Amino acid sequence: MTAVADASPAPAAGRRPGRQRPGGPAARRRAIGIALAAGALLCVCLASIVLGSKPIPLAEVVDAFTDPGAGGENVRIVLDLRLPRTVTGIVVGVALGLAGAVIQALTRNPLGDPGLLGVDAGAAVFVTVGVVVFGTVTPLQDLAFAVAGALVVTAAVAGIGSVRGVADPIRLTLAGIAVAAVLTGITTALMLLNPDSFHRLQGWKAGTFVERGWDVVLPVVPFLAASALLALALARALNSVGLGEDAATALGVNVARTRLLSVVAITVLAGGATAIAGPIAFVGLMVPHVARWLIGPDQRRILLLSMLLAPTLVLASDVVGRLVLAPGELPVGIVTAFVGAPVLIALARRARASAL
Amino acid sequence: MSVDFGAAHVVVRRGGLSARLHLRTLVACLALTAALAAAAIVALSLGDLPLSPAEVVTALFGADDGFAGTVVREWRLPRTTAAVLFGLALGVSGAVLQTLTANPLASPDVVGISSGSYAGGLVVIVLLGGGFTATAMGSLIGGLATAIAVYLLAYRRGVQGFRLIIVGIGLGAMLSALSTYLLLRARVEVAMTATAWGAGSLTPVGWPQLLPAAAVIAAALILLVVLSRPLHQLELGDDASHALGVAVERSRLALLVCAVALTAVVTAAAGPIAFVSLAAPQIARRLTGGAGISLAAAGLVGALLLTVSDTVAQHALPVPFPVGVVTVVIGGCYLVWLLVREARRTA
Repeated sequence: MTAVADASPAPAAGRRPGRQRPGGPAARRRAIGIALAAGALLCVCLASIVLGSKPIPLAEVVDAFTDPGAGGENVRIVLDLRLPRTVTGIVVGVALGLAGAVIQALTRNPLGDPGLLGVDAGAAVFVTVGVVVFGTVTPLQDLAFAVAGALVVTAAVAGIGSVRGVADPIRLTLAGIAVAAVLTGITTALMLLNPDSFHRLQGWKAGTFVERGWDVVLPVVPFLAASALLALALARALNSVGLGEDAATALGVNVARTRLLSVVAITVLAGGATAIAGPIAFVGLMVPHVARWLIGPDQRRILLLSMLLAPTLVLASDVVGRLVLAPGELPVGIVTAFVGAPVLIALARRARASAL
Repeated sequence: MSVDFGAAHVVVRRGGLSARLHLRTLVACLALTAALAAAAIVALSLGDLPLSPAEVVTALFGADDGFAGTVVREWRLPRTTAAVLFGLALGVSGAVLQTLTANPLASPDVVGISSGSYAGGLVVIVLLGGGFTATAMGSLIGGLATAIAVYLLAYRRGVQGFRLIIVGIGLGAMLSALSTYLLLRARVEVAMTATAWGAGSLTPVGWPQLLPAAAVIAAALILLVVLSRPLHQLELGDDASHALGVAVERSRLALLVCAVALTAVVTAAAGPIAFVSLAAPQIARRLTGGAGISLAAAGLVGALLLTVSDTVAQHALPVPFPVGVVTVVIGGCYLVWLLVREARRTA
């Protein structure tokens, strides 16, 4: 049995009649959902700027933006530390959410996540090789290595996890975990071999936004933006692919091209996020499920909503990570793992997922 | 009267006891023991003071009271003993769990029991500040609690194999996150020791940790000798084992406790050493060629794997590595191969 069933979970069925009438209750509900998600994102952005080891009153935050020239300590904290960090969170969140949504749509796999499938680990090991062996320093070099690693691992995991060209979700997950284990071992070994790079990579390895200034984020943004647009452009084709390969072909979708472009989008998004912040698992797993539950099975809406929900989750996790250990920090990847693992368990418990 | 069991076997009778031994298993175990002895001697001979195998043997049996004797007996022997014993424990633990669940992937490291033991030990170290015994107890409780939680969470009108694995992986990820949190909030000195431990390393193991661990391992292994008959009868299914006079639930619980105790005590002493308990039973099964997994063969393969991995981690690389880094690479490759092979068979 395949995962086709998963593309149309039960909640969608009740709203189906409403979808015929634009402006009906379903449309209103969708609009409210999107408005709420956008509101939540704004709130966590604000929290991410205000909260931290030194809380900064809202009035001073406003001052910092209206009068950036004032050289007070709080102004510098807001503009030089918290703002780039918040933007990093948004960029990484959008990339991870979209990557997860595209993986789930393409493989019709409810357990799809760039972290679980080893894509992050592949990017990480290539970045480490770059740092240790080739002495890379600039964010763009990191990005190039990360995307190459993501691509290699995506191909390998898909090959290992498929039986006669059909990717079985559980087998894919296991293949991803096995490959990730090997690659993480190699990453650790490379870091131990090279004490100089150990320091640079140690914090990055757990997934963190600490010390990610504009210089790390901005060069990567154009690539991520381009692949995000690519992912959105693929949404309609992904809807058809969700019906099965034959049906998609019959509907006039070029399945092979859709698949190829999706893999490009996934690897650049996941690789870019990893290059910036290190491997962060479970965000790509959770967010598309929540989006589908809120807004129905249409990939176009799922992708859009994932772009709002994923940065919300990532930023909220980052803020929590800052607060629970203050004045120290918990890496954001640890917080998302703690929140995301129960979601994985719940998905595995679902009758449908286990019958896949 | 002789019964044809379908495979060559020998019967050993001594006093009131008799045992029927599968011939190929016996041969495999003997060969593995020989290989293990060779690997241990090589491990003992390498280091800053290279020794010949003959010198190692002389030193081992106390005939050498010079410097070489001290090096071998005092410095290198604890580590090599730990590798052999812990490998044995991990291999047997994996074999018991894989047989109980009838699933080649259900080993303590994959289903999160190692992560649970590690988190349990960390709670004791970081929050309660206990010594080795307390840490070992924490590891045991953490491992058992995780095993029970995984079983209950995966239970839904029976435990289906892959669901168990995914639930275990999820719970393992959560517990690893918890461990990282505990490490980060600990005082720096505590965190340093705990981090070295977390990579899975035999470096901190000396006689003081080894002896209590060996006692627990020995107790669990003796219990398993008694339980190995019910274990293999359970493979036939609950109803059949009932009919054969096995107390199904009680045996299963006792077996689970033994398997978790073996993993937990190794984790308490050396940290989570990944993938030995996954790979060893399956390699043993292929070597012995039987239908089930022979616990003895699995233990010996585990001991051999860990001894060789530790030797590689110590001497083959420019910098000594924690052995866990080596086993994770070997075991991960093995898991990939297992998936590929299974896929080919299904296709």
